[in-house]
Amino acid sequence: MESNNPIKKVNIICAKAAIEDVYAALVLGNGAVMEGIEANLFFTFFGLDAIVKKRMDKPHTAVVGNPGLRLPGGLRMPTLLGVIPGMEAMTSSMMLSSMEKLDIPPVSEFLELIKAGGGKVYACKLAMDMFKFTKEDLWDDVDGVLTVGEFYALAGGEGSHIIFT
Amino acid sequence: MTQIRYAGVTVDVNEEGYFTNPSQWTKDIAAEIAKEEGIVLTDQHYAIIEFLRNRHNNGEALSIRSINHSGIIDVKTFYQLFPGAPLKKATKIAGIPKPSSCI
Repeated sequence: MESNNPIKKVNIICAKAAIEDVYAALVLGNGAVMEGIEANLFFTFFGLDAIVKKRMDKPHTAVVGNPGLRLPGGLRMPTLLGVIPGMEAMTSSMMLSSMEKLDIPPVSEFLELIKAGGGKVYACKLAMDMFKFTKEDLWDDVDGVLTVGEFYALAGGEGSHIIFT
Repeated sequence: MTQIRYAGVTVDVNEEGYFTNPSQWTKDIAAEIAKEEGIVLTDQHYAIIEFLRNRHNNGEALSIRSINHSGIIDVKTFYQLFPGAPLKKATKIAGIPKPSSCI
């Protein structure tokens, strides 16, 4: 299954904070370093929550306007049920605990695994300014805060790909 | 099914070189496979290989995260011991099937 144009580097952009968006980026990033592929993770906009110390390990998923969300048993989650206070937190924590059973780690531990494999984690400068975050708000192991130009500069090279989750 | 000779023993492997019969594995065989991968095995390598084999024999899934729970080395050291694709290389050298996990 060897390809003539193997992927050598992936540059993964995560712009949303929902469990499914953040974990898509983390699984792709960790999967890359596990295969010996260089990985850069770039968190921007609401995706920044995944590298903000106080928020990173408490991601939520949308319980309103999420047609893919189902109740135990397989029925679709009715939108009106989603508006009940606490429903989003409860659903999200149930989802995270069922992921934990599959050995899917919390966000901070997942990022540590990626870093252990040589992956890099970056924050978007513009989004930091927008949400008035400082470097002190970020996870300690973030490699840097980049402008879009700096992101493109490090995303270059043969066999390099940009992925937007 | 392919057969390869390692350290004077003929073993069964799949098309990617992973053992299909982990009981055919010996430490000498491990050293030869490691050499093909450009790795010289140390005691630390053997300790983690034994951990992986035990986990496989107990029917437990192998993931990169499980290395942190091994009590032998952390994931960063694992990447240093088996550079490139550590879990794939380590399981190949350990004579067990390639992990099908995404984590």
